[in-house]
Amino acid sequence: MFVKQLSVFIENREGRLEQVTRVLADENVNILSLSMADTTEYGVLRMIVSDPEKARAALCAEGFSAMLTDVLAVRLEDRVGELHRMTHILCALGLNVEYMYALASSGKRAMIVKASDGEAAAKAVTDGGLALYGNEEMCR
Amino acid sequence: MIWNETKECMSRDELENLQGARLVKLVDRVYHNVEYYRKKMQAVGLLPGDIRGIGDLDKLPFTTKDDLRATYPFGLFAVPLSQITRVHASSGTTGKATVVGYTRHDIDVWSECVARCITMAGLGKSDVIQVAYGYGLFTGGLGAHYGVEKMGATVVPMSTGNTKKLVTMMVDFGVTGIMCTPSYLLHIAEVIDEMGVRDKIRLRASINGAEPWTEKMRRQIEERLGIHSHDIYGLSEVMGPGVAADCSFHRGLHIQEDHFLPEVVDQHTLKPLRDGMTGELVISTLTKEGLPLIRYRTKDLTSIDHTPCECGRTTARLARFTGRTDDMLIIRGVNVFPSQVEAALLEMAGTTPHYLMIVDRVDNLDTLEVQVEMQEGFFSDEIRGLENLSGRIAHGIQQAIGLAVKVKLVEPKSLERSDGKSRHVIDKRTFD
Repeated sequence: MFVKQLSVFIENREGRLEQVTRVLADENVNILSLSMADTTEYGVLRMIVSDPEKARAALCAEGFSAMLTDVLAVRLEDRVGELHRMTHILCALGLNVEYMYALASSGKRAMIVKASDGEAAAKAVTDGGLALYGNEEMCR
Repeated sequence: MIWNETKECMSRDELENLQGARLVKLVDRVYHNVEYYRKKMQAVGLLPGDIRGIGDLDKLPFTTKDDLRATYPFGLFAVPLSQITRVHASSGTTGKATVVGYTRHDIDVWSECVARCITMAGLGKSDVIQVAYGYGLFTGGLGAHYGVEKMGATVVPMSTGNTKKLVTMMVDFGVTGIMCTPSYLLHIAEVIDEMGVRDKIRLRASINGAEPWTEKMRRQIEERLGIHSHDIYGLSEVMGPGVAADCSFHRGLHIQEDHFLPEVVDQHTLKPLRDGMTGELVISTLTKEGLPLIRYRTKDLTSIDHTPCECGRTTARLARFTGRTDDMLIIRGVNVFPSQVEAALLEMAGTTPHYLMIVDRVDNLDTLEVQVEMQEGFFSDEIRGLENLSGRIAHGIQQAIGLAVKVKLVEPKSLERSDGKSRHVIDKRTFD
């Protein structure tokens, strides 16, 4: 039901992002999607990658704070109103979106969503006729 | 002007006799009234009768902040609580405060000492003096306040916080004297300029203390405001502000020797040092009733000078303080120990994360930033979670030290470590 998102804490200083991408490249980990949430002092890099466990271990070994978070990957068609369909379902049930970002990679199209209540959100969107990517499917 | 010529200008012989007589009484009093002191004296085989004058001072054991902690809160008080009219407290190294108690007589003596210091700064009964130290458990505000009242000038109890209001009142009330930390006075000077009221200020003298500063900073205050600036010293355990202050000749701080017997000792060997040599200041409170201290190690570094001063006072002078023997920081006049920050972090995180305190001075106001390394259990994928975390940490530290603090989360292992231990403080202030 969920996919594993790799979240990495990085300070806003030169070269940190470059180090993260280098570690992932060295470990042969592919980045399918990425979003960066930033404050003036630090950022949280959120990624959907081909091998989240391996990526997390490699980053921690390099001294980064990295964790895996369960998020939803909601399949969306490339057409008008598709995102609204999803947000409407969540809104109708009073579920909040903590953050979301798009994924469009190797034939997959999805909105990555972290909802206030993941389980309830997963049920709501599937009940509403939308499909979710599973972790195996995503990382394959 | 000299507030109490009889006491401040006695001949050294007379003074030393008075100190001797008071020391004998002090030792007798603590031996009979304070079990903790009695045991300490018994442990070294000392009876009150063994102390016959100031020549016997070095037979007595030292007292430290650890003794105050061991007897928290009132264990070293030499009178029943019914005779204590006030308590003050300062921050301790491990979260528990150091509590000091005063009898009515102690408050009188304290007021007298502060009155002497204010007079040394050239202020008198007809002056209007703003006290811009914090009022409350900290000794600065109330200590200065009572001194101004004793001396007979008009006191404006500003406390700290609203600088514009302070400047407005300074203009409207025709304030001529101010007592506050030196860095705060420089900040006030900036606000005076910002408000464009420089030519409406009648200020002529300031009495500054409660934090380390330099002669250069004192001159800067004098030039910037066109006033005389004086240094005042004190510590809550011994009394509060007013233990010593400098006169118009600025050749060190006259210590109120009829009430406080000073020694300067080597901080490692604890052997007395001769005049001019820098070491740890040790004070015996000759007249204090509530919390008498025998050979109290202040952890402040200075040297002593017994030669006569041109002002006519015969009291010994302490050189400008050059630092501390421990890791205590003074930030905006508040005593802060890194161990307090550590304890606050431990309480919140369950383990002690690596941290770094960065003390700086921005627009003459001290700032404290605490960088905390991200660790397992701290991290969140949501910014809100991280902001809550830094807010919680900041609140916890603020509760522990009584100062607003900015918390910055940093990456794991990004803070410098030396010899396996991390370096916990960077003090960027220059005190110039």
